[in-house]
Amino acid sequence: MTVETTEAELQPASARQGPDKADAPSRAERFSALAQQHGALVTLLVAMVAASLSFDTFLTGDNLENMALSSAFLAVVALGMTFVIVTGGIDLSVGSLFALGGVLAAWGSQYGTAVALLLPLAVCGLIGVVNGLLIARSGLAPFIVTLAAMLGARGILLAITDEGSRTYLVDKDSFFATLGQGSLLGIGVPIWITVALFILGAVVLRLTRFGQYVYAVGGNEDAAALMGAPVARTKIAVYALSGLCAGLAGALNASWLVSGVTILGSGMELEAISAVVIGGTLLSGGFGFVSGSLVGVLLLKVIQNVINQIGSLDSAYQQVVSGAFLAVVVVAQTWLGRRRRVL
Amino acid sequence: MTDLTLTRGQVDRERLLRLLQEYGVYAGVVALLAFNFVFTSNFVSAENFRTQAVQVAPVLIVALGMALAIGTEGVDLSVGSVMALSTSLLSLYLGYGPWMAVLMAVAGGIVIGLANGSLIAFLGVQPIVATLALMVAGRGIALVLLPQLEDVRDPGMASLGSGDVLGVPYLVLIAAALALLVAFVVRRTTFGRQLLAVGDSRPAARLAGLPVRRILIVVYACSGALAAVAGVLATARLTASDPTSLGNLMELSAITAVVVGGTPLSGGRIRIGGTVAGAVLIQLLTTTLIKHDLQPSWTQMAQAVVIIAAVYAARERGKR
Repeated sequence: MTVETTEAELQPASARQGPDKADAPSRAERFSALAQQHGALVTLLVAMVAASLSFDTFLTGDNLENMALSSAFLAVVALGMTFVIVTGGIDLSVGSLFALGGVLAAWGSQYGTAVALLLPLAVCGLIGVVNGLLIARSGLAPFIVTLAAMLGARGILLAITDEGSRTYLVDKDSFFATLGQGSLLGIGVPIWITVALFILGAVVLRLTRFGQYVYAVGGNEDAAALMGAPVARTKIAVYALSGLCAGLAGALNASWLVSGVTILGSGMELEAISAVVIGGTLLSGGFGFVSGSLVGVLLLKVIQNVINQIGSLDSAYQQVVSGAFLAVVVVAQTWLGRRRRVL
Repeated sequence: MTDLTLTRGQVDRERLLRLLQEYGVYAGVVALLAFNFVFTSNFVSAENFRTQAVQVAPVLIVALGMALAIGTEGVDLSVGSVMALSTSLLSLYLGYGPWMAVLMAVAGGIVIGLANGSLIAFLGVQPIVATLALMVAGRGIALVLLPQLEDVRDPGMASLGSGDVLGVPYLVLIAAALALLVAFVVRRTTFGRQLLAVGDSRPAARLAGLPVRRILIVVYACSGALAAVAGVLATARLTASDPTSLGNLMELSAITAVVVGGTPLSGGRIRIGGTVAGAVLIQLLTTTLIKHDLQPSWTQMAQAVVIIAAVYAARERGKR
């Protein structure tokens, strides 16, 4: 269910014979797989070593904590996105859902923590379910459905905030605010939550039946259906999960900022997709792992941090570097994937 | 997947959906026009029609390129960033005269398009991701070249933006000419046929000996060039270069126009007339909602519903 099924159905028969001939993976094949799985981690370590050698301010507690905190929210979004991308789909609505979740949480926080958390989860989860239904039951293309959801969610967001002019505040002393502001053993609560969610996500994807279905649907939908996997239900579940993650990340972010900022989240879907892809998950589906997405998020944030540290560089360079980086990673992945199949 | 024997009810439903997909967008435009004629004050005036047409021109030009990309079963998400890059380049090279500046702006768009096309055609990267990378990087490059808003004080550009021939603005004329050109290329030229063949089935096109890679590269270069032209025109109309906001969410509007116009996302078919109508429909929808004092939030939600409805209507006829 891992390497061989990837994109295999897209290849002509001649190329597909490769893996059958060689039962044991060759050395080059193993190298490709290793590069795919751990390339991002190695790059992250290299980048961190280089950054800490170049800037005294990089490896300080404050800077690391800041990076970890700002990574946490994106990481939660990327976690949901990983499931979607492993099924071969894509979710462009997460940026809007992140913003919507934040505003709903800030509005709901006046009625207590439970409302502040459940309201964004319910609304964003529901939008995710609608995405999933349209994609799985009606067979519409994921990117266009979630693009529409991105617009729709942004519309709802504007409608409940007087066209974006109103910012709901979170009471600083409430329990909800401590979710974002508080710290445990010197580490911020959002970071703990993120780590816990990633462990949970890894367990679900690796060890549960649902996780196997996710891989199966992404590997080959028809084969998955023939095996008896509930294809439609799995797809609906991953989009619901992505919506839930985006809503939760938005709520945590609102708690951290103690307000529901309406302009957040635009472009976040791109960051999340980049992080997942950089982490080694294949966009064609059927192959991926959540730990890679976490590494991808951290790598993006380290690059961002380094560019900020250089100072003289415009923040626009960040976009140039991120875009170029994404292109390089995708090309490398495509190349590694092709190599692995041909061998 | 589906049963080969269709009952009568299913056939009728098929036909209804087909009609809806073929002519739904025109019906929508007519309905919105009729609604506005009756219920919107100050709608029927030459001035208003001019404003609407001028606003729709850049979107339409971007949508033409998008239609080509979608016709090859691809998509081009970088168009908004190409517009931003084009406005930056225009501003930078205006010192060498307007023609030179426009040339550089369009050349920038073509370079981005070539990069997209190479990633897709030679390296086999999925169009969504390849153009996503260029979308992020393109906006960055635009901002590096021109960090903030700058006024464009060139008489040539100003007259391009606000001038007209017999009351028809230059912008509208250029958009119409480009639409005719693209329609001609798609329908009457070998390249157009080849493009549609690639969109229909890439393996089949390759087996038939078509230069698939070259076609894909040319398509994305065209999309880049058209987006750059739209950027130039938008800059001329606003008489300012604003790489931060110009072209934001343009990919969305363009994809909507193409899809609403009845071009299937699965490739192999391009409807330029429908794309023009789709762009007009979205413009009219926005105007209608604004003129009736509905907020932008409603416009966005309405646009979302229109997109889903259009894709839903198209789905039955799509390739499985």
